[in-house]
Amino acid sequence: MRLIVPLQGVVQGRGGLILGSLIPCALFYFLQVYLKRRRPRNPSLKPPPSPSHSSSNLVELQRSSSRSNLSSRGSIGTVQVSSRASSIAKPNDSPYYIGLDKVAAGGPYDRLDNPNGVIQLGLSENRLCFDLIEKWVSEKFAGSILGTESGNLNISGIAAYQPCDGLIELKMAMAGFMSRIMGRSVSIDPSQIVLTSGATPAIEILSFCLADQGNAFLVPTPYYPGFDRDVRWRPGVELIPIHCRSTDNFTLNITVLDQAFTQAKKRGVKVRGILISNPANPVGNLLSRETICSILEFAQEKNIHVISDEIFAGSIYGSEEFVSMAEIIEAEDFDKNRVHIIYGLSKDLSLPGFRVGVIYSHNEVVLAAAKRLTRFSSISAPTQQLIIPMILDTKFIEEYIETSRRRTRHMYEIFVAGLNQIGIKCAKSSAGFYCWADMRGLIPSYSEKDELELWDKLLNVAKINVTPGSACHCIEPGWFRCCFTTLTADDIPVVIDRIQRVVETCKS
Amino acid sequence: MGLESEQSRLLLSKIATSDRHGENSPYFDGWKAYDRDPFHPTNNPQGVIQMGLAENQLSLDLIEDWIRKNPKASICTAEGVNEFKNVAIFQDYHGFPEFRKAIAKFMSKVRGGRVTFDPERIVMGGGATGANELVTFCLADPGDAFLVPSPCYPAFGRDLGWRTGVQVLPFQCDSSNGFQVTKKALEAAYNKARENNINVKGLIITNPSNPLGTTLDRDTLVELVSFINEKNIHLVCDEIYAATVFNSPNFVSVSEIIQDMEYVNRDLIHVVYSLSKDMGLPGFRVGIVYSYNDLVVQCARKMSSFGLVSSQTQHLLASMLSDEEFVENFLKESSKRLAKRYNTFTKGLEQVGITCLKSNAGLFFWMDLRRLLKEQTIEGEMELWRVIINEVKLNVSPGSSFHCSEFGWFRVCFANMDDETVKVALDRIRVFVCRGKEEDEQQQPASTVNTKRWKTNLRLSFSSRRHDHQEGVMSPHMMSPHSPMPHSPLVRART
Repeated sequence: MRLIVPLQGVVQGRGGLILGSLIPCALFYFLQVYLKRRRPRNPSLKPPPSPSHSSSNLVELQRSSSRSNLSSRGSIGTVQVSSRASSIAKPNDSPYYIGLDKVAAGGPYDRLDNPNGVIQLGLSENRLCFDLIEKWVSEKFAGSILGTESGNLNISGIAAYQPCDGLIELKMAMAGFMSRIMGRSVSIDPSQIVLTSGATPAIEILSFCLADQGNAFLVPTPYYPGFDRDVRWRPGVELIPIHCRSTDNFTLNITVLDQAFTQAKKRGVKVRGILISNPANPVGNLLSRETICSILEFAQEKNIHVISDEIFAGSIYGSEEFVSMAEIIEAEDFDKNRVHIIYGLSKDLSLPGFRVGVIYSHNEVVLAAAKRLTRFSSISAPTQQLIIPMILDTKFIEEYIETSRRRTRHMYEIFVAGLNQIGIKCAKSSAGFYCWADMRGLIPSYSEKDELELWDKLLNVAKINVTPGSACHCIEPGWFRCCFTTLTADDIPVVIDRIQRVVETCKS
Repeated sequence: MGLESEQSRLLLSKIATSDRHGENSPYFDGWKAYDRDPFHPTNNPQGVIQMGLAENQLSLDLIEDWIRKNPKASICTAEGVNEFKNVAIFQDYHGFPEFRKAIAKFMSKVRGGRVTFDPERIVMGGGATGANELVTFCLADPGDAFLVPSPCYPAFGRDLGWRTGVQVLPFQCDSSNGFQVTKKALEAAYNKARENNINVKGLIITNPSNPLGTTLDRDTLVELVSFINEKNIHLVCDEIYAATVFNSPNFVSVSEIIQDMEYVNRDLIHVVYSLSKDMGLPGFRVGIVYSYNDLVVQCARKMSSFGLVSSQTQHLLASMLSDEEFVENFLKESSKRLAKRYNTFTKGLEQVGITCLKSNAGLFFWMDLRRLLKEQTIEGEMELWRVIINEVKLNVSPGSSFHCSEFGWFRVCFANMDDETVKVALDRIRVFVCRGKEEDEQQQPASTVNTKRWKTNLRLSFSSRRHDHQEGVMSPHMMSPHSPMPHSPLVRART
């Protein structure tokens, strides 16, 4: 009643300006809210099955469940999953993942069996030294099973519950191994190691320990695309990019770091740490001693953590010296409690399938929390038993690391020379399994759109999967990461040839 | 340095610094007592016998035997090493197709072939622990709630709620009907939560039950499924004890039920599985999420990167679980041995007047010691429990840690020891019960003296060091302090 009288007034031209405008606005607003509620929540019921699935069963099931949906709930719509699930389950839109899927779908290139397949240069894997590992395994475990040294297989030792953060024997072996990798002057304390099923959960666990949902880490770009998953998805921690430029050979500039921190603070975002990769991925360069010290000073001044992902520490092919964060904090007088190191065996020993990751920290509270969190991500016991003797065998490890370094450098030199011949230069790099190729000259305009078009051409025309810089959040369009350690020397001319075809179409 | 580390401490997350992991409770005294003084038949015959860890060690010899006879399945043998590089480099979160096929086949065999599983829906998790957390991340947002019938697995609070921010709300089932879940109890719990504006996202049930060892009958399952379907909430069935059924009634899986319920929205149904209990391989960290919801499968698969099964392990199990003859024999033999062990214990206990809940599955039985309590309270139960640890020297698990509303029930694990240790354990119980009877028969002042003596043993000093390797199974879960559910006295006592 009270509403009707003023409405009447409005309609009849009386009632005043305020009521005349306010009431229709209010009604309009409520109409919008009502309509929004009526709309089904998830308009796209099921995303299309991705090409790598066998589709028949899945399609059948989809149909039957949509039918039952319609019958049960009327207009409210589908079942609510978590908001995370809704966004994560969507088909991958990052070129990093699309490229990987494409290779999987069509089958990877093989010189004999699949000469028209896509050549995988987008996955930083190293297949150069498996002959050494196979030889070692055959000799070490001749006659025994599951990697146990004794002839007897005592499965209950392996089968039973183990400490979730790893066997003490593996921690000790890992400490020795890491000391070797990071420089003999570094001593790693096994009691400060937490073992996880891969470096991926290690990064996630640290994110859960050091920051609350909505906090942020600063991260120099370009960076490993997996960080977006490891830090953002479940911990809900933001990644604030610190853009590095080709003019600095993509090294971190402390002024830029400081500016980003201040801006974040102004926005009300709590920065909890800085996440660096050393050796860097995707560029492959090393942090200098001075830069590391500057980062530590900065962290101390702002009272934040430093996470140093050193997973490529043993994959240095250049002549530059690798300096680990562990070495610096031992030598200099920095607060050790704020430094945490990530490591793993996926790169240096080429064992990504075995899921062996490490968190190394001096902070007792972080260690205690991380240990508890490993209940969700523990290393398989038989795998631990296989790895322990492997990394304890110092002679083998030295030989392996040295051979890997030699073979990687060899591939790097041929590959980069090949690219240079067709007019593509690479950034200076000394580590990892990839080079950072400058294809800015091949894109018509300095934009992400054109970079992605070039990527698409390389993928679908040249049939080469490389990782575009935008997938790594690089601020300069036109850079591409190309991994060369899954190739043989004979494959390289094929790759260069295919890229050249695209280069020619770009130039014309 | 002190001030700086204080500052650093202030910078850690709530997850790192809060108590939601639930390990500070006095409950861990049992573990610590065992760790300090573990039983060994020759080296330490007076030590504490571990009966608080649900491990299945009865049929490991069959697995050992298979591995020995199939060296090709291991990448460390001369026969198998040529597969080493393909296995070592493989980190695809889809998992080996052969592994998924083998798991799907195994799961089907465990259910008597009455239902088949689609390998494309098999998603890996870091053990059942990781799988439970993974499915929760996919289904619920922080602040949402899952209902769970109690008594329940103590670590659900941590596994389902710690990092996910989801509330885990137990609702009581009691001995009047053998602790069976009823639709009535579920409905009451659901309504109560709704009245308090709690967004209930789903129900999680463990079938066969931990700690009860019973299986849900078909009618109850149908009722539960109808209920969640009607309310449009999820149903997560933790079926990790499915192959430990050793007696009738047969196991009925939720997957079987929904085959006959056409109208049910399958997007609501999810199964969690693992090889840790059925095969006794917790060290292998094989957790499985099997969802009938495509969106959940896709999301879970991507998140499985945080808990992939080691490719070496996948490779081995793909071989083992495809061996139909081995699997059939294993399942049959394992059931037989579990039945035998269960009967040995329950008969032995009957002889001294101790009854257990009649159960047909699991690696434990639910022992009724209500009449031995000095008082029917949590304190009474804790007191009796400390006596059992310190005097009888058995680490059993008190019902309160499972959020049981009735005091005096204890879960006793029987599948993690050899036959000789069983005899020792039974002897100790016999002695304790008979001595207790004698003391009861004496006069009042004497029993007060005994009470006093028991009471002085109550204060256990425990170091602050964590005992990692057995915390896995037992820890009191954390309910949200805002939950309308009556807090178990155990929780109340701590806050």
